[in-house]
Amino acid sequence: MKNPRPILLAEDNPNDVELILAAFKDANFVNEIHVAHDGEQALDFLHRRGAYASRTGPLPAVILLDLKMPKVDGREVLRHVRTNPELRHIPVVILTSSREETDLLASYQLGANAFVVKPVDFQEFIGAVSKLGFFWAMLNEPPPLSSNSPL
Amino acid sequence: MLRNVPIRRKLTFLLLATGVIVMVLMRGAFFTYEYLAFRKTTLRHLSTLGDILASNSTAALTFANPDDAREILAALKAERHVAAAALYDSDGRLFAHYPDNLSAATLPATPGPFGYRFAGARLRGFQPVTIGERRVGTLYLDYDTGPLLSDWLRDSVAIALGVMAVILGIAYMVSRFLQKQISQPILALAGTARAISERRDYTVRAAKLGNDELGLLTDSFNHMLEEIQALNQDLEKRVAERTAQLEAVNKELEAFSYSVSHDLRAPLRHVDGFANLLQKQSGTALDAQGQRYLTTISAAARQMGRLIDDLLSFSRMGRTHMQPAEVDQDALVAAVIHDGHFNQGPRTITWQIAPLPRVRADQAMLRQVWANLIGNAVKYSGKVENPRVEIGTETSAETHEHVFFVRDNGAGFDMRYRDKLFGVFQRLHGAADFEGTGIGLANVRRIVTRHGGRTWAEGEPGRGATFYFSLPIQPASPLP
Repeated sequence: MKNPRPILLAEDNPNDVELILAAFKDANFVNEIHVAHDGEQALDFLHRRGAYASRTGPLPAVILLDLKMPKVDGREVLRHVRTNPELRHIPVVILTSSREETDLLASYQLGANAFVVKPVDFQEFIGAVSKLGFFWAMLNEPPPLSSNSPL
Repeated sequence: MLRNVPIRRKLTFLLLATGVIVMVLMRGAFFTYEYLAFRKTTLRHLSTLGDILASNSTAALTFANPDDAREILAALKAERHVAAAALYDSDGRLFAHYPDNLSAATLPATPGPFGYRFAGARLRGFQPVTIGERRVGTLYLDYDTGPLLSDWLRDSVAIALGVMAVILGIAYMVSRFLQKQISQPILALAGTARAISERRDYTVRAAKLGNDELGLLTDSFNHMLEEIQALNQDLEKRVAERTAQLEAVNKELEAFSYSVSHDLRAPLRHVDGFANLLQKQSGTALDAQGQRYLTTISAAARQMGRLIDDLLSFSRMGRTHMQPAEVDQDALVAAVIHDGHFNQGPRTITWQIAPLPRVRADQAMLRQVWANLIGNAVKYSGKVENPRVEIGTETSAETHEHVFFVRDNGAGFDMRYRDKLFGVFQRLHGAADFEGTGIGLANVRRIVTRHGGRTWAEGEPGRGATFYFSLPIQPASPLP
């Protein structure tokens, strides 16, 4: 079996992080999950800088992105990823509490691949997270790694 | 008759009519005077003629010579208007007459009283024939004024008509000039009023053409315009202010609901999430009561999640922009029933659905109205033996609206609480009997109200309920 690419989870709320990790564990995912607690950390991870300067390994198979985060919020991370030639191919799934139409619209306009509202019901939450992970980390064929390197 | 004639023509007509009346009256007076003068002249003429004849016939009468008398009378041929003449002797017997061929029977048999009198167009009468103080006989004259009168009348009328035509012509020219003095300021006012009502431009002012009552009217009119302009500006300013306030409040509301949507849901998710994790990890260590507590925590968190979702959808329903289009309600209701899986319950529902008219509405919103009402009907009739749901319509020409209703034979409600039905989170049934958050009917009312319609309900506990909503036949401009 090929070594699965990591998943980047950008989420500031530790409770949500714990629940999402529990859900992934529940679904038996083997992918490495990196957690960024704000937008800045997420970008540092992607660019291998700051705390992640020594990071090796490929870019994530998918970014699970919360919209409301301190310092750099989800929209800005998304905008940055989509305008950066190295990162623009990475699938981005907005994973948020908001169901606001403005958020939906803005996210898709910025180039989000999917928009998932975190259900309040934990069973549904687990279902949603495991389906997400299954689709983006297992089923979906990510762009070849070579396309991520600068030309 | 004159009501719809332009004021210019009205004034001209007025002036000319006055002229004609004055002229007719004057001409009438003049006519009367001329007629009286004519009679006087004729009478004098006939008296003179009589005097001459009388003095000429004294000899003939004195000497009883009728031939002479006839000859004298024959001289009357020169006076063609004398119809008849006669001489009577001193005893009152007919002595001679004129013309010769006249039958004596047509003449008075004996002399009457002296003097000439008018009888219609005739002037007749007797006068004495005397020598000195002695009366020798009587002269009778019958004068026909008819031809003379008609000649005079013809000339007179011709002249009168001619003069009248000339005077009317002059009067028309004068009236055209005079009426302008009155009509011009009025027309100017009317023109200004029309321009304002057509263009809604209150900066226009009427031109003042004099200091009479019309000038006063123009001044008042302009003053009124100034006030309207000021009021209008004030109103516009206030509308702009209120709009800005409303927009600010709306922004705040949006921010609020965003915050509710995002921030209130997260802790609930955590409550349920960690309750579940606890259950999974240490569920076996808990006794039955502890298990029940955990389940209750989870259920309460999920219920609050639903409430928040409903509240958000209710708030969205009041803010989203309406997109009215023609809606096929038959298809809409069929789709709602199909998509709601209402026929998959334990009991078979008897549906009675009348054809519904097409309406102009926001399709998605109207769908929610039907979904809520039909969903309620199914829900609240879920416990009866033979659930029946009736969907129908009545069109009220009086109130210019379509009325729709959904009737069920379910749990019904007490009419005392009907005002609470459409309130947010108001419920007439306990959560243990029928689940729900109590937002559905509030949404129905909000949507129907935004479409310019009404909502109401009838019911009786245990005997079912009927929920009505109306939509205007001619939809007004959508409410904000």
